[in-house]
Amino acid sequence: MELAQLVALFAYFLMLAFLAVGGAPSVLPEMHRYVVEVHGWMTSTQFAELYTLAQVSPGPNIMYLPLLGWHIGGLAGAIATTLPILAPSTTLTLLIAYLHVRYPKGVLAAIRRGLTPITIGLVLASGWILMTAVNDDWRGYALTAATVLLVLRTSLNPLWLLGGGAVLGLLGIV
Amino acid sequence: MHTNPADKSRSPSKDCADSQRVTASDLFIEFTRLTLHSFGGALFWSRRMLVERRRWLTEQEFVELLALAQLLPGANGLNLAALVGYRFAGFTGALASMAGFMAAPVLVIIAIGALYQNYGATSAVRDALTGMSAVAVGLLIATAAKMVVVLQRRWTPWLFAALTFAAVGLMRWPLLAVVGVLAPFAIALTWRGRH
Repeated sequence: MELAQLVALFAYFLMLAFLAVGGAPSVLPEMHRYVVEVHGWMTSTQFAELYTLAQVSPGPNIMYLPLLGWHIGGLAGAIATTLPILAPSTTLTLLIAYLHVRYPKGVLAAIRRGLTPITIGLVLASGWILMTAVNDDWRGYALTAATVLLVLRTSLNPLWLLGGGAVLGLLGIV
Repeated sequence: MHTNPADKSRSPSKDCADSQRVTASDLFIEFTRLTLHSFGGALFWSRRMLVERRRWLTEQEFVELLALAQLLPGANGLNLAALVGYRFAGFTGALASMAGFMAAPVLVIIAIGALYQNYGATSAVRDALTGMSAVAVGLLIATAAKMVVVLQRRWTPWLFAALTFAAVGLMRWPLLAVVGVLAPFAIALTWRGRH
């Protein structure tokens, strides 16, 4: 991959970072357009498969960024897709982290405390939306419900549950 | 060192980690550990490690930092790592947490990518993902259920949590609009409640 292309990739993803107000997934269609349709760096199928691979990989849910970049241009490509997406928001986060520690009382404290119920509502809403999106029929819902119960009622390490879920999926049970 | 949940929610300044020294290398190691456990989302494992296992944060502190992490643009998990890291060890701590959170998964995903280029087999991966996703969603819902203990025994916090869930989860209204409308009221009530 040429340096000019790398720089263009970096610049384009930097622009996407400022568009991704609703979180990184909101610009996924635009990434697809850029790397598949505009540049032909991979097929649409490959794009979807790389995204799927990133979902089964441990870590934050943005692991498709380095994976796409690596596929396009090795280590330099991985940096050119990941860094520009994360750098602007991280800079802002560090600023807020500083203010949060510097001014523990006052307006920022009221914002944090006030947002507590909204945050809990949002996590529950994400769970609800994802539950209806990933589960095809009652078997998926049963597995989700069993997970909630086991996590709340037992001290079983949830890695076993994730592994069990993978096995049930491989066997075609869910 | 731990008081009951009701006390915690009323005294956020009584930090359970005040008596602890959490260094940058502690942060790096802990975030590496939790990120390598994080299949299908990092929120469940972040709470489990930071609140239940290491007890660096109380439930209330965790939810407050999560609120900021979600409000800020970018990846929630990475924002949370930065906020937690900064709180314990300043700028160095934030960098250590973020590096721990990102480094190992990047190596894993590149290894997986290399295997994929040589062997393919994404249909098996997709089958496994179906089952793992059902479990991962359960972990997320269980996390929300556990965090509910920080809601005070007044009706307003419960109302805001329920309204947010109904608007975003059931009605599927746009997140920005919902938070934009509800947050000012929630914050104003909290602000007024302090005086």
